[in-house]
Amino acid sequence: MNDYPDKPKLSRLFRLQWEEAQNNYVLLYPEGMVKLNQSAAEILKRCDGNQDTAAIVSALESAFSVSGLQDEVEDFLSVANERGWIG
Amino acid sequence: MEIAVNTNTDASAIAPPLWLLAELTYRCPLHCVYCYNPLNYAENRNELTTAQWIDVMQQARKLGAAQLGFSGGEPLVRDDLEELIAEGHRLGFYTNLITSGVGLTEARIARMKEFGLDHIQLSFQDSTKEMNDFLSSTKTFDLKSRVAKLIKQYDFPMVLNVVLHRQNLDHVGQIIEMALAMGVEYLELANTQYYGWGLINRDHLLPTREQLERAEAVVNDYRAKIGNKVRIIFVVPDYFEKRPKACMNGWGSVFLAIAADGTALPCHAAKSLPGIDFPNVTQQSVRAIWYDSDAFNKFRGDAWMKEPCRTCPEKIKDFGGCRCQAYALTGDATNADPVCDKSPHHGTVQKILLDTELLQKNKAQQQTTQPILFRTDANSRRFASKIDAPTQ
Repeated sequence: MNDYPDKPKLSRLFRLQWEEAQNNYVLLYPEGMVKLNQSAAEILKRCDGNQDTAAIVSALESAFSVSGLQDEVEDFLSVANERGWIG
Repeated sequence: MEIAVNTNTDASAIAPPLWLLAELTYRCPLHCVYCYNPLNYAENRNELTTAQWIDVMQQARKLGAAQLGFSGGEPLVRDDLEELIAEGHRLGFYTNLITSGVGLTEARIARMKEFGLDHIQLSFQDSTKEMNDFLSSTKTFDLKSRVAKLIKQYDFPMVLNVVLHRQNLDHVGQIIEMALAMGVEYLELANTQYYGWGLINRDHLLPTREQLERAEAVVNDYRAKIGNKVRIIFVVPDYFEKRPKACMNGWGSVFLAIAADGTALPCHAAKSLPGIDFPNVTQQSVRAIWYDSDAFNKFRGDAWMKEPCRTCPEKIKDFGGCRCQAYALTGDATNADPVCDKSPHHGTVQKILLDTELLQKNKAQQQTTQPILFRTDANSRRFASKIDAPTQ
């Protein structure tokens, strides 16, 4: 059982943005910023409230031609939920 | 401010600024007794023009700054605030308005929404009208309450900021209730930092350890009860700590403040440090200021450090603490922040706390201390004539 929503959506408090100067995706929120690694950013980009975890996993697996991402995605979504990034 | 970054330990490379704080003006309708603005702010009334601010924003964004704060003074006294917000948004900044709420009409907030403002931080001085109005020396409680409603009506993420000290720490439960009722996303309970006006009013503001611990217990109870509904940020009252704060995440590391007159500062309070010629954006590019100026390089890295910092394994975590505090309490900005119990000057901080305890216990026969000083132009001018401050 996961503790995050079936169709996770990036919280309205956070803005996901590519930062050229940092060569990095970042999450911006009131007076703060988190640098994201690539996999975190790719997962969050797909948290649009329309796709469930299975759809996010399959989209990522096909985009990067890999398999077996489910555990990693679920672990990340748990952390993201705890930090309030998704709702 | 919170910047969570993977700390790059490569000391040779200067990382770009991430935070641009535009202190648009020192004009302010409030007179808060703990304002961090320089005591002699009234001495220099120069303000950058709209075009100059836009130029600064463009330059800083190019270097890599992603967060943009509009602060002051009260940024709403500038008529061009909306124009600056629009430009900040266009440049890709996350835009923050840090305000007392005075002057935030519905017409203005609607335009700010339209122009892409991302977040509003609203200050309250207390949960009660009496204390709010006393500490700010204004009648603003009801107005601020109306502004809080407007901010939610226009669906802005909102931080409620309340500066804590002896006069309101016992109200912390009511302050949290107020935040819950307003529907804010974040509550910043900022224990007073003793710089500027806060430092000269310290005798009126510093709590006892017991009072502080009581308040902290209330905060923790609420945190357990309300979970993530409102995120409560409890800014550490550093006089009570054994290790200093990692002030500004290190000097010239992520934070760039531009004062109203264009002076570039590595922290809000840096003007209190003597003997540093802070550069001005009207004379140099932001790039030259950030990377090449003596002022921004002065406390970068660890070459400037003395013992006990120089050989301390924790210097990579706290960078020796706060330079302004080291100067204010030891007379030398290159000393360890005396909040650290490894500092030979730590006794100074302990004595201040002890004196506060005694003062509170013997309230009856309390000697007359200096009266509380509101941040007013008249008080500021009195300081201006006394302070040997570097002037532009």
